[in-house]
Amino acid sequence: MSRAAASPPLVPPAKQEHDATLFGMGIFLASEFLLFGGLFTILVFYRIVHGHEVVEASKELHLWIGALNTVVLLTSSLAAALAAKSAKDGDQRLTQRLLLAAAALGAVFLVIKAGEYSLEYGDGMLPVPGGGGQLVEPLSRLFMNIYLVATGLHAVHLTIGIGLFVFTAFRIWHRSIRLPQDQLSIVVPTLYWHLVDIVWIFLYPALYLQR
Amino acid sequence: MSALSKTSEDGSIIGLEHEPAGETRHERESYLRAGHTLRSWLLTTDHKRIALLYLVSVTFFFFIGGLAAAIMRVDLLTPEADLLTNEGYNRAFTLHGVIMVWFFLIPSIPNVFGNFLIPLMIGARDLAFPRLNLLSWYIYWLGGLFTLWVLVSGGVDTGWTFYTPLSSMFAQGNVVMAATAVFIVGFSSILTGLNFIVTIHTMRAPGMHWGRLPLFVWSHYATSVILVLATPVLTVTLALIAAERLFGLGIFDPALGGDPLLYQHLFWFYSHPAVYIMVLPGLAVVSELVAAAARKPVFGYWFVAYSSIAIAAIGFLVWAHHMFVSGMSMYAGAVFSFLSLVVAVPSGIKVYNWTATLWKGHISLDPPFLFAMGFIGLFVVGGLTGLILAMLAVDVHVHDTYFVVAHFHYIMVGGTVSAYFGALHFWWPKMTGRLYPVFWGRVTAVMIFVGFNLTFFPQFILGFLGMPRRYHVYDQQFQVLHVLSSTGATILGFAYLFPLIYLLYALRHGTPASANPWDVTGLEWTVPSPPPKHNFERIPLVTRKPYDYEVEKEEQS
Amino acid sequence: MPGLRALLPVYVALLALLATTLGASYLPLGGWSPVVSTAVALAKAALIAGFFMELRLEGAALRLAVFAGLFMCAILLVMSSVDPLTR
Ligand code: HEM
Ligand SMILES: [Cu+2]
Repeated sequence: MSRAAASPPLVPPAKQEHDATLFGMGIFLASEFLLFGGLFTILVFYRIVHGHEVVEASKELHLWIGALNTVVLLTSSLAAALAAKSAKDGDQRLTQRLLLAAAALGAVFLVIKAGEYSLEYGDGMLPVPGGGGQLVEPLSRLFMNIYLVATGLHAVHLTIGIGLFVFTAFRIWHRSIRLPQDQLSIVVPTLYWHLVDIVWIFLYPALYLQR
Repeated sequence: MSALSKTSEDGSIIGLEHEPAGETRHERESYLRAGHTLRSWLLTTDHKRIALLYLVSVTFFFFIGGLAAAIMRVDLLTPEADLLTNEGYNRAFTLHGVIMVWFFLIPSIPNVFGNFLIPLMIGARDLAFPRLNLLSWYIYWLGGLFTLWVLVSGGVDTGWTFYTPLSSMFAQGNVVMAATAVFIVGFSSILTGLNFIVTIHTMRAPGMHWGRLPLFVWSHYATSVILVLATPVLTVTLALIAAERLFGLGIFDPALGGDPLLYQHLFWFYSHPAVYIMVLPGLAVVSELVAAAARKPVFGYWFVAYSSIAIAAIGFLVWAHHMFVSGMSMYAGAVFSFLSLVVAVPSGIKVYNWTATLWKGHISLDPPFLFAMGFIGLFVVGGLTGLILAMLAVDVHVHDTYFVVAHFHYIMVGGTVSAYFGALHFWWPKMTGRLYPVFWGRVTAVMIFVGFNLTFFPQFILGFLGMPRRYHVYDQQFQVLHVLSSTGATILGFAYLFPLIYLLYALRHGTPASANPWDVTGLEWTVPSPPPKHNFERIPLVTRKPYDYEVEKEEQS
Repeated sequence: MPGLRALLPVYVALLALLATTLGASYLPLGGWSPVVSTAVALAKAALIAGFFMELRLEGAALRLAVFAGLFMCAILLVMSSVDPLTR
């Protein structure tokens, strides 16, 4: 079937490692899609079965706060994309700053989100202990439960992303990442960041814009 | 004598003259001896060592799950509840299902043989992400510890399916803990699948293009795709179950406006593909064994390769055949019934191709090949009864009866577990460097086949006569068949214990194996048994198709 | 800043799409509303994937992986809608 031969590997190992890492990340992103896919299925299912109630419940959400947060997140993604570019160019300082800028914008998102939760809590719309007094219809309570789970899971992902960016920026400062050689160490977290952004891009209409 | 007594590499005849089984040179230089400390095992990143860690682990869980089954079979000997309480019986079959599905069947062949063989088969030194591989074993054990905790803390009684609202509102046991265990072990699956896909894409030796991959690798590729795409849906669903139970979310609770069928959709979106996660690696093994048994190239290589991919793809489209009588819309029932008939086509293709491969071959009857033949027969029965169940109208009658139990055991136990033992008997000499007593291997293979049929064939009849599953108090008329089934289970239980004895015996006292004791093709047989730490001294250059048997004969003469 | 010139138009397009989907939510589109917002979201995701993640420059295997994830999500959503739609 085969013979051992003194063949030089056809692909240089560095390229092989680069491809493997990115490909592995791509598969990870695909499985993350499916994780949120389960939640989207629930939203679609209830939209079909209880369309009217879902639309009414969705109208109660603060869609302009959601829009503002979308802008924040899109901007952070721009910063993350620029960070990946400058990493490829080998500009360590700029990369570091852009990463921290993206992380800061992520933190802004979380702060706005928290503010939104507390508004909803004050309005009796948040189904948590002590809140949710206004949620008399079972389906509006159900919708807000799904809202809480979905945005909560998204926020967890975003927090992980912020942690990754801060850590990566620290590693650049610490010189355990050198650019452009170690650009993958920048590119991989930014891919994750964009995923979190894309999830939000779908969550936003699915939660706030049901009409 | 069998193919096992072949000439070793340095020309001496082994196997006949019982050379004292001291340590051989290859063993000294092998991965088994590269480090003797416990640390060198527990922190290893060598795919071959991790495979052995998994081998020990899944064997452990196999016997725990088997114990639960044994207790149930004893209880079912009489129509009354004499051994277990109702509650106890519920806990026994739940634990049996959870352990067997997630801690044995899903990890078994991929994580033991896939881990060991994929790098060897494609001419690589390891998987693409060796540390991730080790991590996945630790995650497996973390989930395993949770399961054991559930076991000692009183168990769980929802069935392996965790159906709502039973699991979210009424079940008594430790549902949250059990869901957590399965949640955790899912990440181990995802990491394994990811690792395999990347490895197969990026680590193939020069010349090993896709058309030269052994079918074992193709099938594992398909399995991995399902692992990474289906498992996350289970992950989120289980998290929601736990949240329902802890916080009363109501997503699946009709009293709160939720819909239990939504749970079933999400669960089966994972779990039907998951049954293919369990069987595709079995198909992988059997494709190798059939070619080796017949010493012929596999008939219709591309058909067999692509049928694995087709099974993985279509397998995602049929899940609601588990919900025909759940109150789902009957139009949906018709759609899913049709698609379920379609998914049988690629499975059928495989069976035809194996048969054609065996046709006119000089079939070897060594243990691995007996297991493979057993697999084919049992898989056909399991698959055909799957078709019966997929017919909407028939399923209304036999849903949730022993007929279903028999159907899936024919595939998962008759099929996958036989393939697992076939693989164990085929690659044991490669993994450990020692031959085992062929006679006992044959005895075990035959006993498993007989014991299995005696256990599960009566269950088809039971189900057809209307015996529901998951009951342990039953009508007098069913007793004879239950006693037959329990008798078969006893035989089966002993047959599963035998290999533990003679394979472990062979580890110390077996004759050293040559590099290629079965005289078959495949890169894994070009390296010494057991393989050296880095597999290949030089990365091989692949120039031929797999299963290139004729050509090899020419070379010998 | 390197790349800003290339990425700024993408960013602006993303904001424009956000405005579109917001605006559309005020129109009486009836059953078309979810279709429009899904289409806009897909367009945004495509922009991010193609330009921010630079998937268009990377290997086919990576694109295939991400695409498979999206495709399987679509399967999940479509096939699980068959039952509620026909009840
Ligand atoms: C040839 C293709 C197959 C078809 C058409 C098929 C069809 C079905 C159908 C219709 C059911 C539902 C029966 C009921 O609950 O009323 C079922 C149940 C089941 N099948 Fe299959 N099957 C096939 C292959 C497999 C394979 C390959 C496996 C496993 C490796 C498998 C494992 C199962 C399991 C575990 C269940 C029962 C789940 C439960 O209710 O606990 N099937 N099958
Ligand atoms: Cu199924």
